[in-house]
Amino acid sequence: MSLDQIRPGEKAVIAAVGGTGSLRRRLLDMGLTPGTQIFVRKVAPFGDPLELSLRGYELTLRNEDAKKIKVHRTVS
Amino acid sequence: MIRIALAGNQNCGKTTLFNQLTGSNQHVGNFPGVTVEKKTGEVLGHPDLTVIDLPGIYSLSPYTSEEVVARDHLVHHRPDVIVNIVDATNFERNLYLTIQLLPLGLPIVLALNMMDEVRSNGWTIDIATLEKELGVYVVPIVANKNEGIHELVERVYDAVSDSKSGTNPILRRIDFCDGPVHKALHAITHLVEEPAGEAGYEPRFAATKLIEGDPLLETDLKLSAADRDIIKRIVREMETDLGTDREAAIADMRYAFIERLVRDAVKKKHESKEQIRSIRIDTVLTHRLYALPVFVTIMMVIFWITFGPAGSWVSGLFEQGIESLTNLSSRALMSAGVSPWMHSLIIDGAFAGIGSVLSFLPLIIILFFFLSLLEDTGYMARVAFVLDSLLRKIGLSGRSFVPMLVGFGCTVPAIMATRTLSSDRDRRMTILLTPFMSCSAKVPVYLVFCSVFFPKNTALVIGLLYGTGVVVAIVTGLLLKSTVFRGNSVPFVLELPVYRFPSLKTVLYHLGGKVKDFLTKAFTIIFLGSLVIWFLTNLNWAFHMVEDGAESMLASLGSAIAPVFSLNGFDSWQAVAALLSGFAAKEAVVSTLSVVLPAGIASYFTPLTAVAFLVFTLLYTPCMAAIAATRREMGSLRWTIAAVLFQLVTAWAVSVLVFQVGQLLGF
Repeated sequence: MSLDQIRPGEKAVIAAVGGTGSLRRRLLDMGLTPGTQIFVRKVAPFGDPLELSLRGYELTLRNEDAKKIKVHRTVS
Repeated sequence: MIRIALAGNQNCGKTTLFNQLTGSNQHVGNFPGVTVEKKTGEVLGHPDLTVIDLPGIYSLSPYTSEEVVARDHLVHHRPDVIVNIVDATNFERNLYLTIQLLPLGLPIVLALNMMDEVRSNGWTIDIATLEKELGVYVVPIVANKNEGIHELVERVYDAVSDSKSGTNPILRRIDFCDGPVHKALHAITHLVEEPAGEAGYEPRFAATKLIEGDPLLETDLKLSAADRDIIKRIVREMETDLGTDREAAIADMRYAFIERLVRDAVKKKHESKEQIRSIRIDTVLTHRLYALPVFVTIMMVIFWITFGPAGSWVSGLFEQGIESLTNLSSRALMSAGVSPWMHSLIIDGAFAGIGSVLSFLPLIIILFFFLSLLEDTGYMARVAFVLDSLLRKIGLSGRSFVPMLVGFGCTVPAIMATRTLSSDRDRRMTILLTPFMSCSAKVPVYLVFCSVFFPKNTALVIGLLYGTGVVVAIVTGLLLKSTVFRGNSVPFVLELPVYRFPSLKTVLYHLGGKVKDFLTKAFTIIFLGSLVIWFLTNLNWAFHMVEDGAESMLASLGSAIAPVFSLNGFDSWQAVAALLSGFAAKEAVVSTLSVVLPAGIASYFTPLTAVAFLVFTLLYTPCMAAIAATRREMGSLRWTIAAVLFQLVTAWAVSVLVFQVGQLLGF
């Protein structure tokens, strides 16, 4: 499943990061590497983008980019 | 002379540290060819140390202009030492940049910032372990409280003398990897040692970037086809061994090292108080329902203070000051017996021109005080988060909203506020669209026309004009998005930093920079512009003073240009002359009209041509000050000219549309 399918309040572990070029590099640079735990904190008022918590900080990215990140949901 | 480069992530206190180090000895400019701000300064009390503040970056990838600039500076200008500032409360992600800086082979001092928060949360960071594992000096600091700065400077000297004498007491680490990545890195480092040296790269850095598939480096090294092939094979082998691709492999290698380091050196029990506080604040500020009303309220309060009673009171005082200074100078000139034309040039040209621009200064100071407060606390990132999906529809991102909103007050600070936008593309597009937000200087023009032609519907007409501006911005935004600014938008992957109270010092520094910027402009470009406009209105082509405005150069320029407006319904030299003088300041449209149409505007305009004229006034390029700001923020004359033309053409087209449709409808 992909990151955009994880609901706010749920946790997941990154399996693979898709996308190309600057977007993909940016995602990897910001610490979205395979095996990283992420917590989906909330969705912006208009339904996009997402707020994530990972590696001890808060990050926001758009749904269309979250679609490119494959994850496993963690049961908490 | 020791050249220090200050490198670090965004939101890690880099600017604060730079200000602490340099005080007011700062020079602000741009890196050549790009609109990335370049700040340099001399360290207080150490005239042999100069610091350059590199842009805030997360990585040395070749994708954003900030990253390329920082990398170019580090690789090709080779500073004597890098001070890498790291937010100790956000250690993991901040250290990712450090891991990329180490293979550059330059002396590095790590400044661990925000140590007060680390301590007050009961966390510990083992400095000795960090120094040993990374092989660099590590200095705990609290930049906004000026703690540890002295020691940091001492370590800078140590790091430089260590590298000169070659007797580093601690051994630099350049190896963070094991297994297949290590194997590949080792092989490629060996292979590119010579070409890297020739191109001025540290071989280890070059090899890492080649494994990542960095396009800039591949061209820089001028590798032979055979070498490229070997590298490709090595990388492919590494990818098969790891079951992942090259970019992910390197990023993963770096983070894996950092995770081990954090396990060894950092003890943190729970989230920090500051993080918990931020999350709590955000339950309101980015709430599904409250986010928007809260934002609107905040902006309304700021607007009310800036452009409402408080702001107008201050600007009023300021204008009075300018006026009395003008009168004083005027009398002094008279009693000194200067010729009337010289008197007029100085008073009506220079003083009036600069004065009308300087009268914006209080507004700019007040507005920017609040905006830097919003920026430095971390609220702007939330605004971007909340509004992104709306602005994306016209090809902008959430961060463009604030400059556009400020545009309703004054275009000049609005354009200056685009500095905070992270991508050139967004910045340019925002600068192009912001002037369509009707600024407060246009209101007098609307009022004069409405009082004559629409006395009963003034509010409605003005409201429609504001609305027209917004609609035109949206439509042209969509047009630009699918033509000039297609694609290549920088991804919206944005950090939401922890809310922090900015130090007053930092806010004042920001403010000081803006004011200086503005004053420089007022006394250069705008000064010249005012003189030009004075000459045009007061002289004829033989350079004689004219009594009647109809004989001035402005009038004949007006008649020359007037046919352009035959489709708009106001092709008289008077109307055009008024618009031309509007380049000085929009209020000047009114004063020029009163001079060139002594019988009143009703003697020339009809309700329909009045509307067409107002629409043009609404949309065409704002004043000289705005053009100067555009030039400054675009960093390019070509873009500035393009922006002016774009606005002129848009204004003309919409105005024609209004007039022609109005005529068809029988108005």
